[in-house]
Amino acid sequence: MLKAVILIGGPQKGTRFRPLSFEVPKPLFPVAGVPMLQHHIEACAKVPNMKEILLIGFYQPNEELTRFLFTSQQEFKITIRYLQEYAALGTGGGLYHFRDQILSGGPQAFFVLNADVCSEFPLPEMLAFHQEHGDPSSLVILGTTANRTQSLNYGCIVENEETNEVLHYVEKPGTFVSDIINCGIYLFTPDIFQHIAGVFQKNQIFFELQDEEPANGWHRAAAIRLEQDIFTALAGQGKLYVYKTLSFWSQIKSAGSAIYASRLYLNRYHITHPERLACNQDGGPKISGTVYIHPTANIDPSAVLGPNVSIGTGVTIGAGVRVRESIILHGASLQDHCCVLNCIVGWDSTIGKWARVEGTPSDPNPNDPYAKIDSETLFRDSKLTPSITILGCNVTIPSEVIILNSIVLPHKDLNRSFKNQIIL
Amino acid sequence: MCVCVSMKALILVGGYGTRLRPLTLSLPKPLVEFCNKPTLLHQVEALVQAGVDHVVLAVSYMSDLLEKEMRIQEQRLGIRISLSHEKEPLGTAGPLALARDLLCDDNEPFFVLNSDVICDFPFQEMLQFHRNHGNQGTIVVTRVEEPSKYGVVVFEAEGGRIQRFVEKPQVFVSNKINAGMYIFNPSMLQRIQLRPTSIEKEIFPVMAEDGQLYAMELQGFWMDIGQPKDFLTGMCMYLQSVRQRAPDRLCTGPGFIGNVLVDPSARIGENCSIGPNVTLGAGVVVEDGVRVRRCTVLKGARLRSHSWLDSCIVGWKCSVGQWVRMENVTVLGEDVIVSDELYLNGANVLPHKSITESVAEPRIIM
Repeated sequence: MLKAVILIGGPQKGTRFRPLSFEVPKPLFPVAGVPMLQHHIEACAKVPNMKEILLIGFYQPNEELTRFLFTSQQEFKITIRYLQEYAALGTGGGLYHFRDQILSGGPQAFFVLNADVCSEFPLPEMLAFHQEHGDPSSLVILGTTANRTQSLNYGCIVENEETNEVLHYVEKPGTFVSDIINCGIYLFTPDIFQHIAGVFQKNQIFFELQDEEPANGWHRAAAIRLEQDIFTALAGQGKLYVYKTLSFWSQIKSAGSAIYASRLYLNRYHITHPERLACNQDGGPKISGTVYIHPTANIDPSAVLGPNVSIGTGVTIGAGVRVRESIILHGASLQDHCCVLNCIVGWDSTIGKWARVEGTPSDPNPNDPYAKIDSETLFRDSKLTPSITILGCNVTIPSEVIILNSIVLPHKDLNRSFKNQIIL
Repeated sequence: MCVCVSMKALILVGGYGTRLRPLTLSLPKPLVEFCNKPTLLHQVEALVQAGVDHVVLAVSYMSDLLEKEMRIQEQRLGIRISLSHEKEPLGTAGPLALARDLLCDDNEPFFVLNSDVICDFPFQEMLQFHRNHGNQGTIVVTRVEEPSKYGVVVFEAEGGRIQRFVEKPQVFVSNKINAGMYIFNPSMLQRIQLRPTSIEKEIFPVMAEDGQLYAMELQGFWMDIGQPKDFLTGMCMYLQSVRQRAPDRLCTGPGFIGNVLVDPSARIGENCSIGPNVTLGAGVVVEDGVRVRRCTVLKGARLRSHSWLDSCIVGWKCSVGQWVRMENVTVLGEDVIVSDELYLNGANVLPHKSITESVAEPRIIM
């Protein structure tokens, strides 16, 4: 019997996703037409013997999350529960805190997935790999290849190429260690908790020695990071293995990476969910490449959409509109002849006639098969780095203006063109 | 009303017209169409209407195209057009001396015009004014808002006798500047030698001292259209003048806003919004859903659907792609292709160029 745990973080995390994360918890942000988490849940629910899915995070219970859990359970016919941390406990601390819940029913193993990754989720392959490598109590990390420069931004894994054992693990090293990086998707056995317990006790002693209030010490000790604290210690001990995948993978940290992830998932729909892809029809808009359109959207036949476009519920798109490489969230209205490129248009926003709303993509180098999307800083040399244009919820863009490489906060009515700015 | 009989005019055409590049890389400046008619023709036709039958073009760069076009216009207008070619630079006065033989064969005064000037040409009034004061020269002056950017003319309110010229004055002395249109008596040519000479700096001040130079105030609009920004401003002024004089020449109806001049052979699609202040040349095609404002679109150009243009000059035979946005005095030279969905902001594009990337900040594309 198997379980899956998805680490969904909390509001203090994901600030790079503002202003979109003001409206909806990042794990519920729609990527390729469905909430980010749904891709994880779909993949987990498909694994035979999957008993339940546990979400661990520190979001307060809210309407969207509750509704999402409810509809997902109905749709995928599997138990899904949300376990709320009382404080940010780190990627390992949360697991440890809820170990009883995770182990109840006696699963042989359980997957752990980070919510903010986009992946093909080769979970059955990881299971098969686990059976063939190491002993039944060993742990598996899903790894992929990055280019040398970008690997420094991730957890780096040095493996024994014959046995696939992890010999060495470093999180975000300063110098090159390995081009195999940690995907944030793991297969653990109940043994993991002994390892975490070891670290937890060490932390407790360490913080008590620091002469702190025992209460604070307990708090600090409980914040355990899987990567830095557990993997680094376990590397080279015959307990940790890496399963390398060639399938697509990306982090989703910023709005730009949400558009990139959308593209990866939309392309995957050809195989997994062809019914989610729009196609050219009489009386419908012209579709170029992979496009998702919610059935309740209202689109003029002279519009041209795609590639890599997701259209949400109740969206209205007027005559002669062009949308490319963008996510249009529900209720938005795009008026005649406007042009939307490399952009996320927030819920219920309006774009006026002939307006041009454009961002700059931050895609990885298409000529490098191992290139990953850059986690760019917002500013460089005191100037805003050109990036995806984001319109928060309920933003109004007047006719005939240009909004270029800008971020507009929610409920804003613009009255002129803007370029390379954050508009509060 | 004084009728000019058998008068002559000298138009200072000059050289390569570099300020109006990239357009002047394809055609000599006098032949670039301003509001659907070559600039030169605006002046020549007005001169002919005022009775001029011999026009001399003072050029420093000889163009076959210009010669050929002038032969055609000679036939069409029934006048004589000569070309006076300065082989070395003669400044702004030297060309007059060079053309002395052409200008002096009778005793009638002659017009001199700067070729970049556009206005409601007042040639009959100029002649009347000139004959009334009976002196050697008349300069037309026009009123400007910021006189300190130019050289200003100080003259007596009664009669118009010019007292002096002041270059870029620091304090206000006058708001009238030289409008680039003159009448001179042939005797004035004795003042000019055949060498590089500035008419403003060397000839006029002396004539003013001699009490021989008078100023006539121009009524109505005036513009020097020698560079793209001013070319567009001049277009707006000219179209407004057409609205007042001959409103039937302009286009009205759904989809047209303000003053719009369209060649009969141009084609406009559905759901467009054209104007105010737009000129569409012969054979121009504007596809569906296009918005154009404050632009000149030259012969044979095509604006593809859903594009948006503001304050641009689109050169001959250009193709502007779908959903393109162009603004801020973007100038496309002849035969430029702009790919779909791009943004051009103040781009100055040389002829025969293919643009496949946006230009977010003003620059020149070679």
